[in-house]
Amino acid sequence: MSFATEVVISLFLLLGACFALVGSLGLARLQDFFMRLHGPTKATTLGVGGMVIGSIIFFTAGEHELSLHELLIALFLFITAPVSAHIVGKAALHRQLPCEVRTKNVPWGNDGGKDSVDTN
Amino acid sequence: MLQSVIQITMFIIGVALVLNLWRLCIGPTMTDRILALDTMYINSIAMLIVFGMHEKSTLYFEGALLIAVMGFVGTVALSKYLLRGDIIE
Amino acid sequence: MSSLAGKKLFPHKLLSAFMLGLWLLMNNTIAPGHWVLGFLLAWAIPFFTQSFWPQSMVLNRPLLALRFLLLVLWDILIANVQVAILIIGPRQKLSPAFMRIPLDLKQDFTITLLANTISLTPGTVTVDLQMEEGYLLVHGLNVDDIDQAIAGIKQRYEQPLKEIFECSNP
Repeated sequence: MSFATEVVISLFLLLGACFALVGSLGLARLQDFFMRLHGPTKATTLGVGGMVIGSIIFFTAGEHELSLHELLIALFLFITAPVSAHIVGKAALHRQLPCEVRTKNVPWGNDGGKDSVDTN
Repeated sequence: MLQSVIQITMFIIGVALVLNLWRLCIGPTMTDRILALDTMYINSIAMLIVFGMHEKSTLYFEGALLIAVMGFVGTVALSKYLLRGDIIE
Repeated sequence: MSSLAGKKLFPHKLLSAFMLGLWLLMNNTIAPGHWVLGFLLAWAIPFFTQSFWPQSMVLNRPLLALRFLLLVLWDILIANVQVAILIIGPRQKLSPAFMRIPLDLKQDFTITLLANTISLTPGTVTVDLQMEEGYLLVHGLNVDDIDQAIAGIKQRYEQPLKEIFECSNP
């Protein structure tokens, strides 16, 4: 494996790892649930994407034949990540989880409605 | 060089997994814990892919794919349970 | 391939092509035997399950679809950098908001695509869908002007989707 290939693989791996770390950091430090929802759905998916591209280059260069089946994982994650984010968000919406005070337009906040009063 | 980069990558993902675990433990609500578990699944997929490169074996690919499928099904099932549980109440 | 196919024999051509690609990827080979087996499976599964798939998907403008795909991929990349900056930056400055996006789309599949696209792109996640009232509930991580954000999403993602899948349909 040539040096240039190694550099390219390293770049993809480190980029992916950084995105995964940022996604998890968002999950750990943002304030309310709906804001936490943003980190994992985007950053982590791209993190795995970077790993997958690095892995494809690694095995293609290492064994001298095209190896694309890692793409399946990235494809699957790109399809399922929004779906699982949606359904977790829906569950949270159903339970009317407390939102950050700054949040505008909270669906159950202003027009009262349901039985839980102080959601903020 | 590549071997050390792979080790650094595994370390970074390990830190990400610890952060997820922290959220899984302290998460104030049930949905937070489900979200943390889902993120842990995705991060362990990344970890497995990198570990496959470390061992120069494509066998770990199947494991990663299985975790992806099972993780999705698990997340959807847990959220669905939360949604329905409240309706029955 | 498509000239041989009768209407009933291949109920979902796009789905079949997708399944063939999936089979070849999964086995990581392009050996002739796997082409035959994959082709057989890609024919048999949609054929025997066609009563479960009432809507047939029509791709009106393939070139525009390709452009849309590239646009979304590019946006995903940008979105990740933006969200990363927002996450690392000071969290007191974020101004999250819920937005209601009225829907012009009619078909289930297209609405699903729109919702997934919104979830994958800049700072927005779809949290609910109200079919009766016809809107998507979207949570934005950092929204300054709600109306402008809604108009941006409608123009950037909904318009191309509508042209690709629904325009010359009925």
